Amino acid sequence: MEPHSWTIHEARERLDNGRITATGLTRSVLARIEAVEPRVAAFNTVCADMALEQAAAADRRLQAGERGGLLGIPLALKDNMITQGVATTCSSRILKNFVPPADGAMAARFKEQGAINLGKTNLDEFAMGSSTENSATQITRNPWNLERAPGGSSGGAAACVAADMALAALGSDTGGSIRQPAALCGVVGLKPTYGRVSRYGLVAFASSLDQIGPITKDVADAAIVLGAIAGRDPLDATSSARPVPDYSRGLKDGIKGLRIGVPREYFIDGMDAPVADAVRAAIDTLKGLGATVREISLPHTRYAVATYYLVATAEASSNLGRYDGVRYGHRAMDARDLLEMYMATRDQGFGPEVKRRIMLGTYALSAGYYDAYYKKAQQARTLILKDFTDAFGQVDVIATPTSPTGAFRLGERTADPLQMYLSDIFTISINLAGLPGMSQPCGVDGNGMPVGLQLIGKAFDEATMLRAGWAFEQATAFHKAKPSL
Amino acid sequence: MTIQRDEVLKIARLARLELTDAELASLGDDLNKILAYVEQLSALDTTGVPSLEHAAEAGDTWRDDVSRPSLPRERGLAVAPAVADGCFQVPKIIE
Repeated sequence: MEPHSWTIHEARERLDNGRITATGLTRSVLARIEAVEPRVAAFNTVCADMALEQAAAADRRLQAGERGGLLGIPLALKDNMITQGVATTCSSRILKNFVPPADGAMAARFKEQGAINLGKTNLDEFAMGSSTENSATQITRNPWNLERAPGGSSGGAAACVAADMALAALGSDTGGSIRQPAALCGVVGLKPTYGRVSRYGLVAFASSLDQIGPITKDVADAAIVLGAIAGRDPLDATSSARPVPDYSRGLKDGIKGLRIGVPREYFIDGMDAPVADAVRAAIDTLKGLGATVREISLPHTRYAVATYYLVATAEASSNLGRYDGVRYGHRAMDARDLLEMYMATRDQGFGPEVKRRIMLGTYALSAGYYDAYYKKAQQARTLILKDFTDAFGQVDVIATPTSPTGAFRLGERTADPLQMYLSDIFTISINLAGLPGMSQPCGVDGNGMPVGLQLIGKAFDEATMLRAGWAFEQATAFHKAKPSL
Repeated sequence: MTIQRDEVLKIARLARLELTDAELASLGDDLNKILAYVEQLSALDTTGVPSLEHAAEAGDTWRDDVSRPSLPRERGLAVAPAVADGCFQVPKIIE
């Protein structure tokens, strides 16, 4: 097996034993990028020279006896996390030439730990979308079928991990943007509890929902990366001061007696039958491993998409106010006065979906409509959280499909924004409730495309979710399947 | 409830978006479709239900009031579209 196809834990052992150098590993991954990136188009920027310099530095640290963590591991960052000296575009024309003057928390964490930053992966513009087709830079393709979408918004991150162009990647998840592309590309994607990982330097979309998390080749790697990025950051006031457990330690403890809830509202009419079958079979597997399974109800599930598209767009309309052409990014150059400059800059810089969401959010917050839309959505959000709080009185983990379908064809859903929003129907509630959720491969649909099982944990109990996911992996081989490229 | 073109234009002005006529028409259609979908929330009884702004467990967090270095001016200005005299330069504001 070529080094580029290793997991982090496989690479870790070999780096620590001296059987491969960080430079050798990085060269293997860069060669893989050269071979398949022209077909997949996962990266906005590949930093080959910088990666090799970082690999050389990691080798010096390894030679000096340092071990463990992310030292010497080649990874990729979603292109909405700022990196000093490396363009951070958010796949938007408005940030096309933006080279940040500082590192965000994730780039800084990579450097401290000696991880190698391979580059920046494609996304739906400002993380707004479910197929990565809203990118202003390029169309990323699903490595399992190049005519199909990788999901989104972290489509570049999921595709690059599925195609072995990085050992793992970091994505961001506001309504499913880590878990849904991970499901559609056949890899593991984990959205941590709100507050578990610092968002300093993550370009804000909807601040009460955004969270950074890993996209990896298996559950053991998700535990490693989560442990490496979690924890309090004084530069993010929403980050939690709770101690970070060793997520790898409890993985193998088994799930005998674990109480798994299956919400009846997540197996809906119109859902793709092979997806439902694969997820039900996965739940049976968990039962076979000693878990007890019971049906639960999350009665406000049907309000989640509506609630989300009011809350998220309201916050986005405020967050994206900063793109005014004054301090960084694109500026319309021929404006006669300041207002005209603002309006022309934003018209030229933002793509259609971003404009749509800014408009909807502005409307929901505007005088006369605030109570009917924004306040109503915030009240619905309380009820959605309460559904989960009640359910977690009876169960330890909730199991659902990640997405109602496997990967859809490129272009298939772009004409109808609402249909695209419904791609996130099973992931959105978890963001509204601030809970951790993880998608992992559990089968294939009728088109041979991967299907994701979503596990949802209690707040700050990623460990139990990971333990269940790891047990499932040991009993199955879905995570070992690779696309032929 | 349907929003009309003049209201779409008003929202666009509030959002500081200069939209073409074609954009105004298509965004107006999209907004009406999305608003028709979110209208289902009105069926939900939320009498006496408090608002949830975020799901963070901590409320306000405080740090010691100690000064620390900020981004050097030249690095902050290096990414600006236009600079003059060590400041961000913008078009004329006052007649």
